Formats: sequence, structure tokens, C-alpha cells
Amino acid sequence: MATVRFTRNIQRHVECPTREVTGSTLRAVLDHYFQENEKARGYVLDEQGRVRQHMVVFIDGEMVRDRDGLSDAVEPHSMIDVIQALSGG
Amino acid sequence: MSDRCYVSTRKGLFTVDRGASKWSISRVMFVGDNVTLTMHDPRNGNLLAALNHGHFGIKVHRSTDGAETWQEIAVPQYPPLPEGYTPKPHPFTGKPLDWALKLIWGLTPGGSDQPGVVWCGTMPGGLFKSENNGESWELNRPLWDDPKREDWGPNGAEFPGIHSICVDPRDSRHVSVAISTGGVWITRDGGKSWGPGGSGMRADYFPEEQMGDNNVQDVHCLAQCAANPEVFWVQHHNGIFRSTDGAASWTEIKDVKPSVFGFPVAIHPRKPDTAWFVPSTKDEKRCPTDGRVVVNRTEDGGKTFETLRRGLPQEYAYDLVYRHGLDVDETGNRLVFGSTTGSLWISEDGGDSWQTISSNLPPIYAVRFANS
Repeated sequence: MATVRFTRNIQRHVECPTREVTGSTLRAVLDHYFQENEKARGYVLDEQGRVRQHMVVFIDGEMVRDRDGLSDAVEPHSMIDVIQALSGG
Repeated sequence: MSDRCYVSTRKGLFTVDRGASKWSISRVMFVGDNVTLTMHDPRNGNLLAALNHGHFGIKVHRSTDGAETWQEIAVPQYPPLPEGYTPKPHPFTGKPLDWALKLIWGLTPGGSDQPGVVWCGTMPGGLFKSENNGESWELNRPLWDDPKREDWGPNGAEFPGIHSICVDPRDSRHVSVAISTGGVWITRDGGKSWGPGGSGMRADYFPEEQMGDNNVQDVHCLAQCAANPEVFWVQHHNGIFRSTDGAASWTEIKDVKPSVFGFPVAIHPRKPDTAWFVPSTKDEKRCPTDGRVVVNRTEDGGKTFETLRRGLPQEYAYDLVYRHGLDVDETGNRLVFGSTTGSLWISEDGGDSWQTISSNLPPIYAVRFANS
């Protein structure tokens, strides 16, 4: 199963513990995670199911390419990091 | 008479109460968070606060105990795009409109005969309705699906937005909304059908042929008189307009000193000829004329204006007041306004004189009295 970790900053608003979930695409993995934590979905994805503009997701250290469709492949033991797209300041 | 107001700011929500002798801040909630708008519901005392978390999106919180505790509730959500449909690119941006919530820009309780109903105006132009105090929201499709809605233009932001929602106290099904940029739209059947407001507004930033089109009017704020709902006032990008026939036609109020430009308007709840404005220098500058913060008041339907300045800074002041940054209470005597530079003023004499509550708040987006 893939492991999903979230930025510390999101925890102030909604608890997002690190969890192992199944799925062979990013969409499937995040859907499985959010099924158990529906409130967190809207903090990461917008209502059209896309990664929010200033959020970014890495799979095994690689930034995901398909931010709208979330079709990027996930390996059985992938590490997925959901973080804020911070830049300077 | 209201002894409390709520101040929504870039860094939290402040409760301001009137004590025995003066007004003072009594509580701050959501410290550090961007609270863009707060609605007080006189029917049940509920508060709905809209927060913009930036990275994490827009959220709505509700308090049922006067701002002591809050619960995150549902947020308005745009529906999926219909199969095969691509939103029309707007000529100003060249981009198709994104069907995703960008900002909550208007929150208004429904009528007294509609417990639980709340209207919510948003960017990019959707009007939402809740029938359960914000537990869930539904996009008003008749307005959203009107082909003219696709022609609404962007404003200072990249998207059109509904910021003013006026529910007629005589008939809750009669709702008037204002859009920047899209003029005034009206329903008389609770949102089943909508039509544009009447003529008379003028958008001099458009070619002459289109200048009078309702759909291009950049209404900054729309207000309706509670005691005489036929009377509306508009603070417009171009100036001040007034209607005495239920928004069927508009008359421009000209030659108002120091400026006809501004964002908010407040109307006296019982006197339709009395309204307040916070003028600023038009329009690229957007700061008080000559560095003096003033409030303009008319008591004769716009024939004359009095420029009120007692208690307000009269030199080197650059406070801008946004469209939700001015409010009048249910008596018409108490007013509050707050600025982008974190100054907050309250008057208890209809604007004749002002008390400074703070000069050090975060940028203020909205002020609202808690009316009964």
C-alpha cells in the first residue's frame, strides 16, 4: 500500500494523519484516503477534483504532472507527500 | 439599537461591543486567518464567517453562541461541467471561466418567513442558496444558466462576483443582487427566474453603444431601504445612482464633493432619502482625497450632501473602505466603518461625529452590526 503524508500546516485546520492506502493512481489513492476523512478533501482538491492551485503533490519525490485528472501512477510502496506550494516570502 | 458589531479582517474576526461609556474590542477569533466576510442572522442570532485559507481554499464556519465557539460547515461548491461543454472565454481575459469557488463575496439571510434560508454570492459569479442555515448549499441554476451571465466581466479580481443581495422585506421571493461586473439582477419568484434591472446606470469605461447596458455596469454596492423597499442606492464605479421604483430605473447623482467614487453605501433603514458613502479619489488612486478620511451623507435623496469629518483623520490618511466596510444599525443612528489600513470608527449620531475604536487592526474587509 502507498503511504500518504500531509503538510504540517494543514493539521491546524483538519487532522490528516499519515496513512497507508491502496490505489494504482493518485486519484484512487486520494479517494481512498478522503473516504475516511471527507472534511480534508476540500483542503487539498477543489470541487472539480483538481489539486488546488497552491497545493502540490509528490509521488516518490516526483511532482505530479496531471494536477487535474490525478492519473499519475502510484506503485505499491510509493510515498505520497501533499504539501503547500510555498515560494519565498 | 445594536451594541455589537463584527469586524472581518485579514488576520481574524473581531467582536466590538459597546460598554457603559465606550466601544471596545472584546474578542478575536480565527487569529491569523483571512476572514473575508461575516453575516449576522437576526432571525436566530447565528453567525456565518467566510474564511479564505489561500492554499486550502474557502471555508465557512458557523457560531450559534455569539462568536464564542465555531463549527466548520459546508462550503458552496460549483457543479461539475456538463458533458461536452466548455465555458465561453471572456474577451477581457481570453480564458474560459473556471467553475470553482474563488471568493464568498455576499452573505444575506432570507426573509423572516424563510427560517434557515441564507443567500451567498460568490466569485466567479454563482449565487448559492442554503435552506438549512448553511448545512448545505445549492447553486441557483436559473441565474447561472442565463446566457447573459457568461458575459459578466471581471472586476479588480480576475472573475465576476455577486457581492450585494437584497431581500425585499415585503416579499422574500423578491431578491435583487448586484454583480461586479454585471449590473443588477432581480427575481420575484424566489430565484426560479431572473431578469436584469432597469436602465439609467452608465459605464463610461465602455464604448458608447454599450455604456447603458445593465450587464456591463460595475456596481460596487447595492442597498435597499427596509421601510421603503422601492428605494435602492448604488455606489458604482462611475458614481452614485438611485432608484425610487424598485430598480426599474436609475438616476445618477452628480457633482458630489470630494468624489463620487467609492465602494460602500449604507441606507437609513427608515428614511429612504438618507444614505452614507465613503468617497475616495477616482479611480486609479483609490485613497481619500487630500489624505482626509470623510463620510458623505445625504438626507434629501441626493440633492445635497454633507461631508462629515468630526473625529476622522484629516491629514496624511490613506484608508480605503471596501464595499462591505460600512454598516448602519437598525435605528439609523449608529454607523461603523473600517479601512484597509486597519482603522475602525463608530458613530452614534448618524455620522455627525466618530470615535476611533482602533488604528491598528489588520486590513478590514467587512463590518456588520448584530441587529435584533
